[in-house]
Amino acid sequence: MNDALDVALRLLIVFVVFLTFPLIVGQTEHKVMAHMQGRLGPMYAGGFHGWAQLVADGVKFAQKEDIVPAGADRRIFQLAPAVALLPYLLVLLAIPIGPGEGAVGQVLDAGIFFVLAVMGVSVLGSLMAGWASANKFSLLGGLRTAAQLLAYELPMLLTAASVAMAAGTVSLPGILDAFHWWWLPWQLVGAIVFFVAGLAELQRPPFDMPVADSEIIFGAYTEYTGLRFALFLLAEYAGIVVLCGLTTVLFLGGWHGPWGADGLGWVWTLLKTALLAFVVIWLRVTYPRLREDQLQKLSWTLLVPLSLAQIALTGIVKVVFL
Amino acid sequence: MTLAAIASATATTAPATVAATHPHGFLSPTGAEIAFLLVGLVTFGAALVTVTTKQLVHAALWLVVALGGLAVEYLLLTAEFIAWVQVLIYVGSVVVLLLFGLMLTKAPIGRSPDADSGNRWAALAVAVAAAAALVWVVVDAFRATWMDLDGPAAGSTAVTGASLFQNWVLPFEALSVLLLAALVGAIVLSRKAKAESSSPPVNSRGATGSSPSVPDSRNHTFGRNGRSQGNDPTERNTPSQLKNPTELKNPTELKNPTKLKNPTEHNNPTEQKGAR
Repeated sequence: MNDALDVALRLLIVFVVFLTFPLIVGQTEHKVMAHMQGRLGPMYAGGFHGWAQLVADGVKFAQKEDIVPAGADRRIFQLAPAVALLPYLLVLLAIPIGPGEGAVGQVLDAGIFFVLAVMGVSVLGSLMAGWASANKFSLLGGLRTAAQLLAYELPMLLTAASVAMAAGTVSLPGILDAFHWWWLPWQLVGAIVFFVAGLAELQRPPFDMPVADSEIIFGAYTEYTGLRFALFLLAEYAGIVVLCGLTTVLFLGGWHGPWGADGLGWVWTLLKTALLAFVVIWLRVTYPRLREDQLQKLSWTLLVPLSLAQIALTGIVKVVFL
Repeated sequence: MTLAAIASATATTAPATVAATHPHGFLSPTGAEIAFLLVGLVTFGAALVTVTTKQLVHAALWLVVALGGLAVEYLLLTAEFIAWVQVLIYVGSVVVLLLFGLMLTKAPIGRSPDADSGNRWAALAVAVAAAAALVWVVVDAFRATWMDLDGPAAGSTAVTGASLFQNWVLPFEALSVLLLAALVGAIVLSRKAKAESSSPPVNSRGATGSSPSVPDSRNHTFGRNGRSQGNDPTERNTPSQLKNPTELKNPTELKNPTKLKNPTEHNNPTEQKGAR
């Protein structure tokens, strides 16, 4: 009975995090983007600096009519948002937020493989949406999404493998237990490659060619309205939370901090995650979009060689110095 | 019919794994065994639908269910590492590649009447024979072997890694050399195709609006149902190429640089994603 209660509590906490953190990131994006562009952003909803803007947006989305195009493949069209969103909920289960077994939803033996595998599945949602919409722009968007996933999955895996080599384990809490501060410079290249490849996999600007609104009218999501569209948006923001959390855990030491790692470890994790989420928003505001061929070139000619070099460096340091 | 081959391979492995549960504990199955059997049935059913459905993309998506079911079976056998690798490689990459290929070439919505192969009875015979052989081999090899699922995980990453790199390192290395050869071969072939097709300018076909009857080796962009299909985004696309040439009646439309060829168009964050 106690075990069941424990499991239920963990699931509940993960679910609440899943529902709130993406919204917090979304609201932060509204405000940060606005201030970077010299405007105020949402100010009225909720009274104080528009804090309830996303709640209002949610109400708006729920009220809209749910339309399925006549020529669409109905079932797949309706299933796609769930396929895009649910993997991120599962990934959140495996991300440790503090030291010890109490601070992670579920300790997994092969945690890195779990998170990367499940994150890859969510791209199937975009593919299904793009194909089932019966719309040229959606299909093109889906194709670009697939090409982008195939290109950027490799550097992500390779850099994660580099961390696993350094730690000698593929379990996420195990990696954090093995972490030392000097891993930061050691795995720096890997961290940057992982973060950039993750951004590309989420199709965030500057890697948003598959969903670029001004040229392909939001790609795979063109035909979506109402709640299903909101689910895709939620998937994007949940993806930001997951990517930043993963980068924190793999490369930035998670709950390790200059002081107070025992009691306040979770604060460090949240702080680093929030900082990375800020960087994600910052990049969106400042960088122009990469063209499709530039996107592919960046991955195959820069990120893959860099990640291979990082693996070589990790191996050499591991064998010679440790 | 590579799809049928893949699907029949999964179809053959599904009954093989199910059959392995029977020798022991047949009369008093535990919860894990019942779950194993049920998931096996689902996997088998999904594999059957994969090869029998007439909707091509649906077949690929049912393949996701079949491969995911296999991953669950691995999980139930405590082979966690293998299960996640199965999801990562097969669901995450192979099926995405398959869907990508389907969408590039031919992915109509609805039934394709020509999806049935005339060889389907021969294919069925081969599949049944392969399944019978596999089931027989597995049952014969593991006749009285019993896996203790309650003890320490027999398929954890450490155990898998140790056995892979201590006992099976030679096959592992041989396989990696094979994959390397395939990789080099693919690169050589694609470079050759590029060299051959680079002599006529890429744009000439689209710009003259000529008929799509002679697609070259790189551009299979024409769906049968009149849907425009995308181009291979890994190439250097000019935006004009992305449109279905049959629709481009007006050659000047192609050359309109303000609409189509504006690579310097910057990402304007205020426009993105419309009003929320």
